[in-house]
Amino acid sequence: MNHAARPDPLRAPHASLPPEGAFAALGRPGGDSGRHVLHPMYLFRWEPSQTAHVLLYPEGIVKLNETAGEILKRCDGVRTDAQLIAELQALYPDEPARVEAGVLTFLEVFRAKGWIRRQT
Amino acid sequence: MPKDGSVVRLDGQGLPLWLVLELTYRCPLKCPWCSNPVNAAPGHGPELSTDEWKRVLRQGRELGALQLGFTGGEPMLRDDLEELVEEANGLGYYTNLITSGVGLSEARLVALKQAGLKQIQLSIQSSDRELTDALVGAKVFDLKLKVARMIKAHGFPMVLNVPVFRHNVDQTAQVLAMAEDIGVDYLEFANIQYYNWALLNRDELMPTREQLERAERTVNEARQRLGDRMTIYFVIPDYHESRPKACMNGWGSIHLTIAPDGTAMPCQEARSIDGLSFPTVREHGLDWLWNESPTFRQFRGLDWMREPCSSCDERETDFGGCRCQAYLLTGDACNTDPACAKSPHHGLITQAVARATDPTRVRMPLIMRTAPR
Repeated sequence: MNHAARPDPLRAPHASLPPEGAFAALGRPGGDSGRHVLHPMYLFRWEPSQTAHVLLYPEGIVKLNETAGEILKRCDGVRTDAQLIAELQALYPDEPARVEAGVLTFLEVFRAKGWIRRQT
Repeated sequence: MPKDGSVVRLDGQGLPLWLVLELTYRCPLKCPWCSNPVNAAPGHGPELSTDEWKRVLRQGRELGALQLGFTGGEPMLRDDLEELVEEANGLGYYTNLITSGVGLSEARLVALKQAGLKQIQLSIQSSDRELTDALVGAKVFDLKLKVARMIKAHGFPMVLNVPVFRHNVDQTAQVLAMAEDIGVDYLEFANIQYYNWALLNRDELMPTREQLERAERTVNEARQRLGDRMTIYFVIPDYHESRPKACMNGWGSIHLTIAPDGTAMPCQEARSIDGLSFPTVREHGLDWLWNESPTFRQFRGLDWMREPCSSCDERETDFGGCRCQAYLLTGDACNTDPACAKSPHHGLITQAVARATDPTRVRMPLIMRTAPR
């Protein structure tokens, strides 16, 4: 054993979102009937000591904010993206259009990070 | 911290998020860069029992620990490993096994999977059989390769950990090809850090800046080529960077290590620092050790800092570097880590690099690791 000069896991490049609108041109690659599922390498669960959902993976931890947690919770390979969006719109009823755009952006980001993948 | 709109970084909030259990210092290998102690310090007691480790696991979760590393020595030498993994998994840890692969039979791999083990980090030293076997002092290269494939076949996420030093730094491309062939998820080029055995062998192990830069270029090309199929870690080490590492994310910030005899430490090297006391889990609960013990409070936060750290605008980025390195090289753990170019002792680093990488220097044999008694 010897420690690596490794980027600290909590500083690993998983904490920032791209600027707003970065995915506008991407449209809906999966279509609303697509489904997403958590990558099996990741463990997603509620953590009482953080009062948050966390994502655990080899030597890494991500604490998720409420919205990210609500979305990831529903990436179960069963719900379609359309169902997921509808449920989030029910949860945050004020601005349905913004919620939909937000969910799609989140899914794109989570996929880019490798947390989730399309269910095939 | 970057703008994060949605996904926030965990700052620890004072919790020991990372619990590392050094189950044993025993090991069948003789790696001359080992981070285990060079001498058994007075006071090192016998290894904790299964029940004692289980108590540590429970108390760790109560304190908010999330990530758990089983390491050593060689943790496979503990025949209660499966039992401890099962306990840890039941408590909600993400369980990581850090192993040389020696002792990891298929039967034990299956049992570990059943016990809920989440991830395995396997070390390998080279893509070359003779070099690997010579460096670790045992004929284990073929075994390690076999174990690597077995780990993947049983569906574990896998980190292939390759310690990097002068003898293998020029093999980066071959190691990448080997990792790609095995199908590892994370490849970690772990540039050796100089503590304990590695510090004894520093002159022989240290690569040149040019070698490291070449290796880094090769890694960057591979990252381009492999995309998200494999995550590759490679960080130019502090001796060559003029900047200290943010060691352990700060002393007593998120890391809690328990030595085989139950000694609680902020990192695996902390006993390098003379004059600190290191109580064990046999005498105290983890809560007291983490929150109250003088050793954990000694360098926690920023108050202990002196100049040039105390007025430095990077003090919250690198926390003054590594306390153990400051102590080992300057004799005072309160000093700025000499790896920092702002340290008045930085010459110790530049001289060490110059001496180690002087092509006219007479090479000495590596001092192979022996297990502490």
